[in-house]
Amino acid sequence: MTSRATTAQTVGPFFSIGMERLNCAELAGPGVAGERVTIEGRVLDADGVGVPDAIIELWQANSLGKYAHPEDWQEKPVEAGFQGYGRIPTDEDGKFRFTTIKPGSVPGPDGKLQAPHIAVSVFMRGLMRRAVTRIYFPDEAGNAGDFALRLVEPGRRGTLIARKTPGIDGLLKWDVIMQGPGETVFFDC
Amino acid sequence: MNYPPGYRRALAGTQPEYLHPSYKSSLKRAPSQPLVYLPHTLSEITGPVFAPDTVNVKACDLTRQHSGEPLGERIIVSGRVMDEDGRPMRKTLVEVWQANAAGRYRHTVDQHQAPLDPNFSGQGYAMTDSEGRYRFITIRPGEYPWGNHHNAWRPAHVHFSVFGPAFATRLVTQMYFPGDPLLPFDPIYNCTADEAARQRLISVFDWENTIPGHALGYKFDIILNGREATPMEHR
Repeated sequence: MTSRATTAQTVGPFFSIGMERLNCAELAGPGVAGERVTIEGRVLDADGVGVPDAIIELWQANSLGKYAHPEDWQEKPVEAGFQGYGRIPTDEDGKFRFTTIKPGSVPGPDGKLQAPHIAVSVFMRGLMRRAVTRIYFPDEAGNAGDFALRLVEPGRRGTLIARKTPGIDGLLKWDVIMQGPGETVFFDC
Repeated sequence: MNYPPGYRRALAGTQPEYLHPSYKSSLKRAPSQPLVYLPHTLSEITGPVFAPDTVNVKACDLTRQHSGEPLGERIIVSGRVMDEDGRPMRKTLVEVWQANAAGRYRHTVDQHQAPLDPNFSGQGYAMTDSEGRYRFITIRPGEYPWGNHHNAWRPAHVHFSVFGPAFATRLVTQMYFPGDPLLPFDPIYNCTADEAARQRLISVFDWENTIPGHALGYKFDIILNGREATPMEHR
């Protein structure tokens, strides 16, 4: 090892100047196969107040469980134009909303498939380095045996699983609670 | 097929803790529960790939984005993005944003009583070359007051956002300037326990990239997490 990784610093309150160019809340264009889902929620602080200056980044596989990345060795196709990346700033109430396709299962290091999930980075003023979490999907049989979910104490796993919206197919709810009761599970990544 | 190796974790003290009481905004936003250690899977070993054609010359020259010249001192900020083993991080996206020479951001939330500059947006981006190098031409940003505590001032800084090859290597940081007298008093700069790690956030005055008669150079190398050894290398 020749050096140490550079220290992270907060994005501060003015990140939109440099980051809004890549804002993207539609992760899957018309030619991308898969079950369409809209996921919405809020980023909340310890008082349950919406964080108006947060930005979340998403990273996911396509519906076959294939990442648009050269190190994904699986012999599966990726649709042209599918990147799997999203970036969404919160609004004045801390809300965010994005539309994508439900990702397929990707291989885990234990030789089993991981349950479908989206990798998430959270940045905001006051957060010195990103917070890393995951979004899983409700009613997913694979959640019970999922490698990463099983690392989490059972009582907190629910913070990683989006909730269905009664009466509205394809609309899921998922909040990011930074601190306090119901605090979202964040990973050392 | 062996599962691809993950990325190394930070050495203790070299990354900031989430909660820093001296940085007030962290009090209600810092996670309080211990982080759950996540061995890297395919989801963390991969990450977004950006097409080189999304970058243009104007994006890396922040002094040429408007009809006139911005006010302030022109500077060259350049460096290399590498991993901890010195391997260049090629074709990776680097985003920057900053205040203008008067210490004002072009952002509705910034109400500091300093002038905006119609010729300066304060945003740029670049893609590293085959050696991991990037280069921006910009204006030295001004220091500015903020509301964290009495007489609080941010040292001059440029915000950097870097992707690297994987979700695991994502980094957002700030670059500071050598000799800035505000650094010892800045809660954000001082959030990191390890002094050497803090000092690596300070750019180095750079004769080599100074343009005579035009702009001083500052060098800022960015180091991303190194790769774990592959299983083969353990044998």
